[in-house]
Amino acid sequence: MSDILAARAQMAVSLGFHIIFAVLGIGMPLLMAIAEGLWLRTREPGYVDLARRWARGTALLFAVGAVSGTVLSFELGLLWPRFMELAGGVIGMPFSLEGFAFFTEAIFLGIYLYGWDRISPGAHWLAGLLVAASGMASGVFVVTANAWMNAPTGFRIADGRVADVDPIAAMLNPASLNQVVHMTLAAYVATGFGVAAVHAFFLLRDRSNAFHRRAFAIALAVATVAILLEIVSGDATAKMVARHQPAKFAAMEGHYRTEPGAALLIGGLPDDAAMRTPWALRVPRLLSFLAHGEFGATVTGLADIPRDEWPPTAIVHLAFDVMVGLGVALLALTAWAGWLAWRRRGLPDDPRFLRACVAAGPLGFLAVEAGWTVTEVGRQPWIIWKIMRTSEAVTSMPGLAVPLVLFTGVFLVLAAVVLFLLRRQFLETDPARGAAAAPGDR
Amino acid sequence: MTAEALLALAILAALVVYALAGGADYGGGMWDLLATGPRARRQREAIEHAIGPIWEANHVWLILVLVVLFSAFPPAFAAIMTALNVPMTLVVLGIVARGSAFVFRKYDVQADAVHRRWSGVFGVASFLTPFFLGLVLGGLASGDIRVEGGRVTSGFLAGWTSPFAVGVGLYAQGLFAFLAATYLTVDTEGEADLQEDFRRRALAAGVCLAPLALLVFVLSRHGAPEIFQTLAGAQGLLLFLGTSVCALGALAALWRRRYRWARAAAVAQVTLILLGWGIGQHPYVIVPDVTFESAKTAEPTLRLLVWTLGGGTVVLLPSFAYLFRVFKSRDRRA
Repeated sequence: MSDILAARAQMAVSLGFHIIFAVLGIGMPLLMAIAEGLWLRTREPGYVDLARRWARGTALLFAVGAVSGTVLSFELGLLWPRFMELAGGVIGMPFSLEGFAFFTEAIFLGIYLYGWDRISPGAHWLAGLLVAASGMASGVFVVTANAWMNAPTGFRIADGRVADVDPIAAMLNPASLNQVVHMTLAAYVATGFGVAAVHAFFLLRDRSNAFHRRAFAIALAVATVAILLEIVSGDATAKMVARHQPAKFAAMEGHYRTEPGAALLIGGLPDDAAMRTPWALRVPRLLSFLAHGEFGATVTGLADIPRDEWPPTAIVHLAFDVMVGLGVALLALTAWAGWLAWRRRGLPDDPRFLRACVAAGPLGFLAVEAGWTVTEVGRQPWIIWKIMRTSEAVTSMPGLAVPLVLFTGVFLVLAAVVLFLLRRQFLETDPARGAAAAPGDR
Repeated sequence: MTAEALLALAILAALVVYALAGGADYGGGMWDLLATGPRARRQREAIEHAIGPIWEANHVWLILVLVVLFSAFPPAFAAIMTALNVPMTLVVLGIVARGSAFVFRKYDVQADAVHRRWSGVFGVASFLTPFFLGLVLGGLASGDIRVEGGRVTSGFLAGWTSPFAVGVGLYAQGLFAFLAATYLTVDTEGEADLQEDFRRRALAAGVCLAPLALLVFVLSRHGAPEIFQTLAGAQGLLLFLGTSVCALGALAALWRRRYRWARAAAVAQVTLILLGWGIGQHPYVIVPDVTFESAKTAEPTLRLLVWTLGGGTVVLLPSFAYLFRVFKSRDRRA
């Protein structure tokens, strides 16, 4: 394996691992804050019990997210020193702001997790809100830095170094708003459906369990609001990509020939040599509409992009279709939930619906992984769009297969342990038993 | 004061706080590994109780150092991560192992065998990571890492494999162990037997620091001439005196069971040591080819970073004060 491929693989593994925990680190505090807020309003002890249980899982997830995020911040330099040398001064701002958001999150999570009996309920709830807000802010800042790699602005290159740097303009690049909104909502979608799945699983055993009914209702409500907005955000994001990164957009759609009234291709396997995408479902003229808002608009195809600037078409197209497909599936699930809720004027707890919710648990996370695959692989061969190639950014360190194997091993072990511990926490405890404090709470 | 000088100072300040707060968390892990006697389990509980709520916040200081370094001095960051790729990789592996083992231990079943297994990982990683951090700092000061035209020309072993760097690594371990045991004497107020355990450990670690400090000083003559020159000069003498007074003060206070005084003296001691390193290292990020001046990025970014750090600190300090007030107040069993 070449060193550049090893470096890319290590980055992909690290990001793919971290993003799960980042998503939960953004989503879980919101769920906890809602539950605790309901407790403050209703004084119904079931809600605070729920917040406490969710907090236990979150503590574990947050710690793993913190250490895997640390790995990434080191890897920026260990794997891509030339990239950081060029970009550090331009995108340092969002990273610095992220540092402070992370600080706030870590401080108030400590207070939240260990402070149940040490501060007043109001102060505790506020600490939880701060964790939710700073967790979201962390994500916003990191995604802003990533958006700059897709739409680099706020500088120019002179003699191989950056000049006329405007860090604010770099943060407010054309991709930022869309990417930030899309990813933040994705975190709530994935967490909402993921948590709903766990509680749907228990409701299938005992549909009258008040604890799981409350938990399921909160998670499903968050997921519902988020998925509806996410579909709108996805459309806006695709239009932005079509405008700013035509090569990435063409690869996403498996679209080779520049033409007006372009057809949308669903599925299929793009064939770069033949420059077509066989076995795809074609919807005439829809691609033009989705990309530019007009059925007759011209959509740039890969044929008009220099061959050495093509991203790996097949991966990007399939990942994009997987993401969109999963989003539509979750939307359908939400529509079903809405119909059931409207008909019964209550929590949708039809067993078939609950089973579907259990099955849908991982889908939000898969969509996030697929979406990041589109963003990152779709940007190739560039690390900074049209400015620096990924191959120019990699470290001169030889033998990069060694850290790849090492870190992949570490992440596999971490994943296995986290799954084992969470599973036991979910399955081997009886959450219906009331407000008895778990051993980790003090 | 120029923006890059302020940011260099901010990096040093963040490193000092990281050593004082995060360093003590590593030290706690070492004492966890070395917990012995009839009160071993209670020692471990006291350590867990002391670092549980705060270690993640303490860890962020290191992230802040990294972020300011790559935002304000990107070529220096690139050169450091290239030349010190191996010890940096070891540092981050250590951080992952320590942090995850600590939470896994807390959330796994509390059976002795399981507890011991996670404690082992947590303790060993807490032991090794400061050593690797010391290798990195030693490498930066060694003068062996050469950078020409932004490219590292001295390979991937220069600096951090020298006896001096190894000395710094050992010294960092000793320092963190001493800090942690000294803090723990205050954290265990009201439990006289535990307090005695940590007092003995703090005294032992404190006494061991003296020969380690001497070793680093002697090795620096050839291993880090730039640092040695500062330490051997008038400034160095003052720093040496100040550090010695604090060190002896800390030991004396421990001996006389004046634990809050001991903690204050230990904090001053570690601060002075890092200050001495900072003065010796100045104006270099990597001795002798990369200075803060030569590695600084564009002026607008530097100015904005100064404002960001200033604004961030205004938010951060009250938050930290609140965190420590909630968890480090006298009634630890609230």
